[in-house]
This record gives sequence, C-alpha cells and structure tokens, in this order.
Amino acid sequence: MTREEIIRPENKVYSRPRLIDDNYMHYCPGCSHGVVHKLVAEVIDEMGLEDKAIGIAPVGCSVFAYNYIDCDWIEAAHGRAPALATAASRLNPDKVVFTYQGDGDLAAIGSAETIHACTRGENIVMIMINNGIYGMTGGQMSPCTILGAKTATSPYGRRTDLNGFPLKVSNVVALLDGTCYVTRQAVHTVQAVRKAKNAIKKAFQNAIEKKGTSFIEIVGTCSSGWKLTPEKSNKWMEENMFPQYPLGDIKDTSKGLEEKTVEVKK
Amino acid sequence: MKDNVKLMKGNEAIAMAAIRYGCDGYFGYPITPQSEVLETLEAQMPWETTGMVVLQAESEVASINMVYGGAATGKAVMTSSSSPGVSLMQEGISYLAASELPALIVNVMRGGPGLGTIHPSQSDYFQATKGGGHGDYRLIVLAPSTVQEMADFVSLGFDLSFKYRTPSMILADGVVGQMMEKVVLPEQRPRRTEEEIRRQCPWAATGKDNGRTKRNVVTSLELDSAVMEKNNERFQRTYKEIEKNEVRYEAKYTEDAEYLIVAFGSIARICMKAIEDARKEGVKVGIIRPITLWPFPYDAIREAAANVKGILCVEINAGQMIEDVRLAVSDSVPVRHFGRMGGIVPNPNEILDALRRDFIDKPANAKED
Ligand SMILES: Cc1ncc(C[n+]2csc(CCOP(=O)(O)OP(=O)(O)O)c2C)c(N)n1
Ligand code: SF4
Ligand SMILES: [Mg+2]
Repeated sequence: MTREEIIRPENKVYSRPRLIDDNYMHYCPGCSHGVVHKLVAEVIDEMGLEDKAIGIAPVGCSVFAYNYIDCDWIEAAHGRAPALATAASRLNPDKVVFTYQGDGDLAAIGSAETIHACTRGENIVMIMINNGIYGMTGGQMSPCTILGAKTATSPYGRRTDLNGFPLKVSNVVALLDGTCYVTRQAVHTVQAVRKAKNAIKKAFQNAIEKKGTSFIEIVGTCSSGWKLTPEKSNKWMEENMFPQYPLGDIKDTSKGLEEKTVEVKK
Repeated sequence: MKDNVKLMKGNEAIAMAAIRYGCDGYFGYPITPQSEVLETLEAQMPWETTGMVVLQAESEVASINMVYGGAATGKAVMTSSSSPGVSLMQEGISYLAASELPALIVNVMRGGPGLGTIHPSQSDYFQATKGGGHGDYRLIVLAPSTVQEMADFVSLGFDLSFKYRTPSMILADGVVGQMMEKVVLPEQRPRRTEEEIRRQCPWAATGKDNGRTKRNVVTSLELDSAVMEKNNERFQRTYKEIEKNEVRYEAKYTEDAEYLIVAFGSIARICMKAIEDARKEGVKVGIIRPITLWPFPYDAIREAAANVKGILCVEINAGQMIEDVRLAVSDSVPVRHFGRMGGIVPNPNEILDALRRDFIDKPANAKED
C-alpha cells in the first residue's frame, strides 16, 4: 500500500480523540495518566459535554491535565479539588464538574475534602488514579502504597509498624450515603480500558442526572516511580496491586435511587 | 428610607448586605465571634429568593477552596471567619491572588496567638496587609468601624475585587462584628445573569459555551520562570494601580492638631471620645482613621503629621500598624504605640493617659527612651 492509500479515511483504525490536544505530553512512557486522559476526552466528546464540562485538576503528575483535555479547567491546590468542584457545581448546576486526582492528592492531603464532598452527595464525578505512589515529587510513599512496596520514603518496603495500612479509599467512600456509584477499574489491557471507559461514562451520566457523587478509582502504573519498565509495571500491578485493590464495582445505587432526605420530627 | 433602617449586629449586616449585593455564593465554617454571618444567611434562605448558594463547609480550608472554585467560574463568592480560621485559609488566599480571582474574605478578628481568646482583637493586621500566605501578593484590606461600614464594605470589597481581579478582605474586629447599631441596608440588586458573567469574566471556567472554542484554564501554576516572572510583574502593576487609586481614610480635627492619633476599626471610635475629652481640656488632638489598611494612607499621615509634636498609634494588639505609620513619617515625628491584648479593648481614659504619658506631660526636649 502507498502512503496515500493508507491515510484514506476508510482505512483509519485509530486517531487521537478530538478533545485531546496535540500538545507534547509530559507523562512517562507506560504511565496510566495518558490512557485515562484519552478516556475522559472521549467520554466528554461522545456525550456532547464539551460546552458543559468543567474539570478540576489536582497537584500531582496530572496537574497539567488542562494542557491536554480540551475543556474548561480549574487547577486546585493540593488535595482541594473536591472543594472547588463542590462550589463550581453548586453555582453552575447546568454544568458537569469532574475532578481528576492522584492517590496522594485525594487520599492524603485531600482526605477531608474527599469524604465531605462524597457524604454531601455533590453531583460531581471524581476520578482517582491510584498508582500507590507520589509520582510527581519523585516516588515517595502515599497512603495507598501497598505493604512491602519500596518507595523513596519507605526504602526498605512499607511496614505496618512504621507506616500503618494502605488506605482503601474507594471502600471508605462507598460507605457514605452521598455516593451513588463507586468502582475500581484499570487500563492495562484493551478489555480493561473498555470497562473503565464505560464506568467513566456512567459517572458523567449520574452527574447529569444529579444522582450524587460518582467515584472512579483507576489502579494505574507509575513506571518511573516504581523503577520498572512499562511492561514490568503492568505485571507488577497485576501481581501485587490487584490482590489489594480488586477491580470491579463496589457500589451502584444509581439505578432506582431511593429518596435520601430524612424528615426529623420536632 | 425609614423602613430600610434596621438595628442589627455587624456580622448580620455582612450577611444581609451580601444577599442584597447579589452575591452568588457564601461558604463558611462556624467560629466565634463571626458565626452570625453563616447563621443569618441560613436563616434568610437566599437560595429561595436571589438564588444565592450558602454552604457550611467542613473546614476553613474547604471554605476558601470552595471560594476559589466558585470565583474561577466568574461568580461573586465570599467567606467569613475569625483569626484561627483565616490562618487556615492562607494557602487558598495566595492561590486566589495568583490566579487573579475576585473574591471577598471577611476576618472578624479575635485575640491570638493560638486558640487565644474569643474576645476582640486587631492582631491579624500583619497577616492581612503584609501577605499572610506565600508569595509576593497583596490583598485589598478594608477596615470597618461601624455596622454601617460592615454593610457598605461588602459591595465595596466585591466591586474593587472585580475591578482589579484580586481578592479583597474586610478586616473587622470582634467589636464591630458583635455590636448592634442602626444600619441602612443597600437596595436589593439582582444577581448577574449568566450572560453578564460571561461578558464581565471572559476568562472564567464556565464550560466552553456560547460558541467559545478556546478553553479557559484558571491556574496559578507556571513552570517557565520567564513567564512566571512576567505574571508577577503583572500582579505588581495591578498593586501599583490599586495603591494609586484606592487609598481611603477618614481625617478629623487634623487642621489644628498638636498631637495625632492613628487608629482603625472600632478603636478609632473610642479614640474619638478620648480626643473630644482632650479638646475639652484644651489639648488639640486629631485623628486619621485608615479605611484601606492596604493600600495604606502613607501620604495622608505624612501630611497630617507635618505640624504635630507626636503620633500615638492606638491598636488592639502589641503594635502592628505602627510600623506603617513610622514608614509614613520616617523619623520626623516621634511615634508611640498604645494597645491592649488578650481580647481587652482600651477605654478612652487609658488612651488619654497614654497621650499624656508619651507626649503631653513630657517636656519637648526630654530624652527619648
Ligand atoms: C501543600 C502542598 N504540599 C506538597 C506539595 C508537593 N506535592 C506535589 S505533587 C505531590 C504528590 C502527588 O501524588 P499523587 O497525588 O499520588 O499524584 P501522582 O503524581 O502520583 O499522579 C506532592 C506531595 C504541594 N504541591 N503542595
Ligand atoms: S512519574 Fe509516574 S505518574 Fe508521573 S508521569 Fe511518570 S509514570 Fe506517570
Ligand atoms: Mg500517585
């Protein structure tokens, strides 16, 4: 086939999503952030939300999400994305507000904002990339680092006597009445990517229908932080992260949501 | 007109004025002595009338970041707190300044440091006027001395904040927050329409609607040092403009004054009583009351000090504004501080005594201590 034949529209099998800019991406090879960005961009486009979506970027490697996904963005202070999203969503009820955060941002410094946005049932989408590490600052331990994992601040492996246990934040927010959909996904295989995309779509639909908070954890890789090749990272994740963070829906009350208001008798 | 005259606390006046300004959202966390702001708003239920959002946040950290999120969408949003809570907000305030967002923050000061006391104080002057958070930034700081000014400075604070795209603060003390006075509330203004917001704030992250093709990003991050320096230079130009245009103060009895008092907020009114008592005794004392603590009325104080023998800075703290007063007059006039701490508000006699001790009873050629 000649080049001309190859680039004919009918031969196209894949292209960059319309809402992903062709800015140079700063993510390391094998990083999950890039794949999840693609899914978010596709969902916003496919659901016709380009003029409605307001993203809240975190402090972490995905701080520059606003350079890649072509929708309006507000960049939050470390951990505070759910607070920003709360106000942006309440003040702009016809818009769809989502946060995109790392596990350190959401589960450590921002744990209070996370719990309270979820328990208030803010009509927002929260997406957390759980790579079990502080990628951006050079691979330190995060609350979600699994036991035994070596990081810059747990150089001999995370120990319970020193560092306590990994925080399973999805299981925590699933207990809160304000969340309508809590799921844990991954993006390491084609099948996983498809499932993750459906989950993101469902979450955005819940936000449009004002069903409460949808929380999507994506167990992802940080090849640089883990000091593994992209290929080995995926294997390490499957063998070590998935047993601790099993994939699948944790909660789904988005169908047939019961009336949540409780009358208090005086 | 008469119907509009109400008797209320300063904190209540802030809440009522916010609704009437057409404020879009309030986010706050209870703390004495300012909880009446949130309480009044919840009781008024403005979401049913003007559509204003009111939310009790989980902390002051959350409140200020809610303000950040709301302001970034072009809305007129505010929070209020008292000293310990405002300390928690400093990171968020720095982000607001760096992202050039309009917002109103109210601090009804109580005595510190630490958990301190719930009683009135002015000990957050440094924090408010010298940039309490990190980085090179300034806040427009308004200091009300009456319940009327509590109401009036809500609209002034918002208007200045939108004009210059920088956060402003009402720095009140616990006295003005808690005392009841007559107040004329402003007329109810409608909240801006979505269309008006997009016209006024074309930078806001409102979703790419109305045919806008380029995305709006509100951020304080810039890793390219050359660009970040340019950003800082832009902030500094804005601050210069504000210093040029927005200095506000009140001057009384300064024409013939032999001694000058400089005081802000509630204590300025107590100083007025001391000044009247002094004048009855034939001692001519005048007063400058800074209304904007930043920008500070350096020139006004320098001019008023030209013919005085001494300046007494009266503050409900250990001496903070005195540093700016000294900057204003260099070493041309002796400047002394009088204040009480721990939540104690000086009375007129104490102020007059301080004037006598430091200046009036002191021979002009006495050695400086
Ligand atoms: C208040 C504050 N504390 C600390 C930091 C430094 N910091 C930047 S990113 C980060 C951790 C990010 O980790 P995570 O959220 O897991 O994101 P990742 O990079 O792994 O995607 C930290 C601690 C900061 N920017 N602000
Ligand atoms: S450091 Fe980790 S999280 Fe950050 S871009 Fe690289 S692989 Fe991704
Ligand atoms: Mg991480």
